[in-house]
Amino acid sequence: MTDFDSATPIYLQLAERIQRQIVRGDLKPGEKLPSVRDMGVQSGVNPNTVQRTYRELEAMGIVETRRGQGTFVSENPEVLQTLRESLKRAEISRFVEGMKAMGFSDAEIIAGLKDHLTEAEGRYEDD
Amino acid sequence: MIKFEHVGKRYLKKVALKDINLELKPGKIVGLIGENGSGKSTTLKLIAGLIQPTSGVVTVNGRRVTRRISEHVAYLSELDEFYGFFTVGEMIAFFASQYPDFNREKAEEIRRFMKLAPDSKIKNLSKGNRGRLKIVLTLAREVPVVLMDEPLSGLDPMVRDAIVKGLISFIDLERQIVLITTHEIKEVETILDEVLLIKGGEIIGHKNVEELRDRENLGLVEWMTKVYAGDCPPTV
Repeated sequence: MTDFDSATPIYLQLAERIQRQIVRGDLKPGEKLPSVRDMGVQSGVNPNTVQRTYRELEAMGIVETRRGQGTFVSENPEVLQTLRESLKRAEISRFVEGMKAMGFSDAEIIAGLKDHLTEAEGRYEDD
Repeated sequence: MIKFEHVGKRYLKKVALKDINLELKPGKIVGLIGENGSGKSTTLKLIAGLIQPTSGVVTVNGRRVTRRISEHVAYLSELDEFYGFFTVGEMIAFFASQYPDFNREKAEEIRRFMKLAPDSKIKNLSKGNRGRLKIVLTLAREVPVVLMDEPLSGLDPMVRDAIVKGLISFIDLERQIVLITTHEIKEVETILDEVLLIKGGEIIGHKNVEELRDRENLGLVEWMTKVYAGDCPPTV
C-alpha cells in the first residue's frame, strides 16, 4: 500500500498520481483505468474517494467515462500536452520554492541545475 | 440510517456515554476513534442491541434497537467467539444457517481473498487467521449496518493490510454503512469517509475526513491530537 501525506485531500493526491502515470506513459491515451473498486484495492483507498478522483479528472478533461464501459484516458493530444506542461510547471515551482527558502539566488539555481544535468548525463536515460 | 437521540448509558454508577445525538447515513465508512474507555465499544453495542441505553433512543432505519436488530446489523466483536472444534468451512456453514441474509458465495469469495483453507480447524488458526475469519463472517452478511469493534487490534501488518483491502473489496457502499472502532488510525484513514471522535463518553468531533484535509490541512492523527488537547473547537 502506498502512503499519502496528511495535509492534502486523498482524492487530489490520487488524481495527481494518475496524471503522472499518464505523462510517464504508464497509462496510454485511450487506455481503460481500473474500476473504482480495483483502484481502491490497489491504492488502499475508499471507493467513494476513487469515485471523486475520477470525477475530478473527468472535469479536467483528462479522462472520460463511457456509460457501462468504464473510465478511459483521453485521446485528445492537446489535453495530454497541457497536462504534461502543467505537471512540469508544478514540479519546477516546488523545486524553486525549496531552493529559495534555503536562500539560493536565481543564478545559483540555474548554474546548479546545469551542473547537475551535466554530471548526471546518461543517468536519467529514457526508459 | 443510524440515529442516536439523547442517548446515555451508565454501568451501575459509571457513566459510559452522555447525551449522544448522532445521525449516520448509508454509503459510508465511519471511524470511531478515542482513548481506551472513552465509550467506543459501548456505542457499537448499543447499535447492535447487545445492551440497552439508560436514557434516550437508538434507531436503525427507523426501528428502535432491540436484541432482534441482529437481523439488520452485523457485529464483529473484539473477542473471538468461535467453536474451536469447527473448521473454517463449518463455521461459514454455521453462520449461513443462523442468518438468512448470509451470502455463501460471497463468503467463499472473501475466504479465498483472505487465503483461509476451508478444512483448517479453528483451534489451530493463528490469531491473524482468526481475525481474517471474522472478516469473512461479517462481510458475507448482506445487511444495511456493519459494525466492527477493533478489527485490526493485535494483528501483524500483513493481516491488517489484508483486512483493509478486504473491506475495500467487499463492502457494499451502495447500501451499507460500516462503523469501525480502532486505534490504528493511520491504517484506516484512507478508507474512512467520516470520523467520530469520542472522549469521556461524549462525541467531541464529527468530521468528513477529506474536508478535514481540505479545509484545515489536517490528517486524522493531527486533528485528534489537537481536539483532545483542546486547541481546536470541536465541530459536531
